[in-house]
Amino acid sequence: MMKTWQAGKRLLPMTAALGLILAGCGREDLSVLRPQGPAAESSFDLMKLSITIMIVVLLIVFSIAAYVLVRFRRKPDQREMPEQVEGSFKLEVLWTIIPLILVVVLAVPTVKAVFAAGDDHSNDKNAIKVKVTGHQYWWEFEYTDYGVTTAQDLVIPAGKDIAFELSTKDVLHSFWVPSLSGKMDTNPDGTTNRFSFSAPNEGVYRGKCAELCGPSHGFMEFKVKSVSEAAFEKWVNSMKAPAVLPEDPALAEKFKSQCLTCHAAGDMPDLSSAPNLTGIGSRESVAGILLNDDTGVDGAPVLENLKTWLHDTAGVKPGNKMPDPKKDMGLSDEEIDGIAEFLAGYTLD
Amino acid sequence: MDWITTVDHKKIAILYLWAGGLFFGIGGLEAILIRIQLIKPMNTFLDAQTFNELITMHGTTMIFLGVMPVIFALMNAVIPLQIGARDVAFPFLNALGFWTFLFGGVLLNLSWIMGGAPDAGWTSYTPLSTTQYSGTHGVDFYTIGLQIAGLGTLIGGINFLATIITMRAPGMSFMRMPMFVWASFITSAIILFAFPAITVGLVLLTFDRILEANFFDTSAGGNSVLWQHIFWIFGHPEVYILILPAFGIISEVIPTFARKRLFGYSSMVFATILIAFLGFMVWAHHMFTTGLGPVANALFSVSTMLIAVPTGIKIFNWLFTMWGGQVRFTTPNLFAVGFIPTFTMGGVTGVMLASAPADFQFHDTYFVVAHFHYVIVGGLVLGLFAGLHYWWPKMFGRMLNETLGKWTFWTFIIGFHLTFFVQHFLGLMGMQRRVFTYLPNQQFDLLNLISTIGAGLMGVGMLIFLTNIFLTSRKPADAPDDPWEDGRTLEWTISSPPPEYNFKQTPLVRGLDAFWKEKTSGHKTMTPAEPVGPIHMPSATILPFLMSVGIFIAGLGFMFSRDDFGNAFMGFMFNNYLVTAIGLVITFGSMLLRSLYDDHGWHIEPEELEGR
Repeated sequence: MMKTWQAGKRLLPMTAALGLILAGCGREDLSVLRPQGPAAESSFDLMKLSITIMIVVLLIVFSIAAYVLVRFRRKPDQREMPEQVEGSFKLEVLWTIIPLILVVVLAVPTVKAVFAAGDDHSNDKNAIKVKVTGHQYWWEFEYTDYGVTTAQDLVIPAGKDIAFELSTKDVLHSFWVPSLSGKMDTNPDGTTNRFSFSAPNEGVYRGKCAELCGPSHGFMEFKVKSVSEAAFEKWVNSMKAPAVLPEDPALAEKFKSQCLTCHAAGDMPDLSSAPNLTGIGSRESVAGILLNDDTGVDGAPVLENLKTWLHDTAGVKPGNKMPDPKKDMGLSDEEIDGIAEFLAGYTLD
Repeated sequence: MDWITTVDHKKIAILYLWAGGLFFGIGGLEAILIRIQLIKPMNTFLDAQTFNELITMHGTTMIFLGVMPVIFALMNAVIPLQIGARDVAFPFLNALGFWTFLFGGVLLNLSWIMGGAPDAGWTSYTPLSTTQYSGTHGVDFYTIGLQIAGLGTLIGGINFLATIITMRAPGMSFMRMPMFVWASFITSAIILFAFPAITVGLVLLTFDRILEANFFDTSAGGNSVLWQHIFWIFGHPEVYILILPAFGIISEVIPTFARKRLFGYSSMVFATILIAFLGFMVWAHHMFTTGLGPVANALFSVSTMLIAVPTGIKIFNWLFTMWGGQVRFTTPNLFAVGFIPTFTMGGVTGVMLASAPADFQFHDTYFVVAHFHYVIVGGLVLGLFAGLHYWWPKMFGRMLNETLGKWTFWTFIIGFHLTFFVQHFLGLMGMQRRVFTYLPNQQFDLLNLISTIGAGLMGVGMLIFLTNIFLTSRKPADAPDDPWEDGRTLEWTISSPPPEYNFKQTPLVRGLDAFWKEKTSGHKTMTPAEPVGPIHMPSATILPFLMSVGIFIAGLGFMFSRDDFGNAFMGFMFNNYLVTAIGLVITFGSMLLRSLYDDHGWHIEPEELEGR
């Protein structure tokens, strides 16, 4: 019984691991195990090194344990006393030195990588500077060199180093794009953090908040869109275009008086108390978690998502700070739908 | 009444066990609810706020109110017996320690019915834990409940230090102490140095919340990262407060059932001391992503990895204790043997986490959740199960049922690995911890389902254990003195359960594993170190209970001192700190009574001893 247990115990993790490798170890745009940029690769290399060392250690311990448990079982007729061994200086030195060597093998590349990760690109002329501000429960991205501010979708040119400056307007959050880089906390002023990463391949990557920040902590998601340099320039320019307003003047008035008192759009002043709405129709998601997907496989069309959100903000993202359009702002269902339609059409070219 | 006034370490051990078991049950239920919520994506079984309260209370309850008291139960039950003492050094304080722990724990759990449990995570990071972002009284229950419970732990730790230093039987030098006593000794030393840190932290946070101080408020010149340093300079040693006693238990159980002395005793002692020392040097590895900079990250990375060395020494020493022995697979030994590979798995992921650049990815994900559950459940809880099954006959005079014990072991350990092994992969695949739900199609679904099934199986294991206790309690108390037949230490030389004075005559210790040494020299009992004489016993007293009630009332009064009750009398009582004052009067009054009334205790006379 012990034998099968031990064998099973050793096989279980291995088969599970094998199964997971076959499954691809998660999504390319999300998994730590499928790094898509140099920062994540550096972490991944260390992980591979440490996992290898640790699996070797585990195999040694498991084999000795299995051997001992099978070989030295007490047999029913055993009466004599086993020899009382005090210890063995040689053996004990051996299993002090070997772990020490293993620790050194891991420590050297660790220290190297720690200092490499500490590289600060904030004075690098070629880097794109982005100020990330965490809010309960959304992300604000300010491109200081371009005078552009957006929310939820971080658009970056592929291959360029992005120099981040991280802070928070309320509680601690942690900025994490698993497939591109490890995470970094957003602290209040005074303990502002800097770090950088780059995304060589164009694509959309999923980002998360990793520090408990309140009820909707799990919903504080964002996307990183890595695009070509030309597309990035185009995006910056269209972000600076004058704000678009709904065509219906009554609705435009409502939009200005009710929405733009907190939100910013286009050239309207940014008050930073709510996400910037410029080009919201082109974003990857509404409120970070309602994924925009016209095929309906992974989400719903943007219009539908906007309606879902505006009709039930508290239900979609519990504890969020947005007043309810109907109850708190007195908008009618038609007005809400009208604004949703307008926002869905507010796209960047 | 007998139980409320007792100062006997054996009865206090049982009180700790029942109270700890109760809180462990509450923490376990919270865990099951958490796992049910996470069984599928976008589940609506719990709402976000309740979920955050559950994870906060699960962590806090398990660490402070679940496993620590069970450790204290075993330490209380076993240490005086293993060192040949008649009680702990300060029996009165021992009782006080238990009652403050219990009332602290009760206060914390009252939050469930008194308007909101703490919801800022068991680490209560500021600013989330300030009144601005956590508006209910939840975090007040956390700070004040833990403060009161922490008092009990600190009192207990100091008491064990004094007991172990001063009350060892003649001949028991430090290097002849059983490993469990050594582990408890080091644990108590860690408590002595680590608990003042959390005490200060909790006071500062209480002041921020109740008296509007600004220790952690950045906008008023405070520093929110300060809390993290204070918390972890306590919190990391706390991990060793938890795991070292488990190491001690394993070091007792394995030699007994391998019928061999512990391999490399002195290196085990040295490794334990080294682990404790390093435990204080590594707190910032919980804060790699806080932005400490590369120098601090590198230093804390390397110092953390070093802990693997003494821990490795222990693992191999246990394995080589069994080498050449005659291993019996009793329930306690099953748990001890299951502990070794399981804990090793938790240990190696610890080394992986120590590598800061890799930790940028691991931190605050399910990988970390998996790691520390491997250490705390796969290490400590398996260790406690081993210890409970091992010493149950000594504590209660009844052997737990072996068949049910084996069922407990298999369901629990299979459920455990099912629950937590897959969580490593969840973390690596991008699932952050403390999320109340997750979007579908991220490949999290299946692994979460497996994890929840495992948690259910662990629950079944616990139920079998409870059934075992219940059935055993209905049997006559007829366990022999040395029920496992190969007992090596002093507790097995006296009857099960021991008489209230433990040893009629203090034994003379002639080597490591004192009882084993006598047995191998052909003796049936220990050689006494003194003639039979009157035994001095401390008097039972209700004062420790009253003192704790007083602190409990004072704590509640302080917490609600700024509330508007809409009731003139209540408002008057609370807003003028009158309730706080009443509580403190009870506590200090009891102290005064204790100081003024000189209680010499009583004696058990030799005739009475012989009469038994």
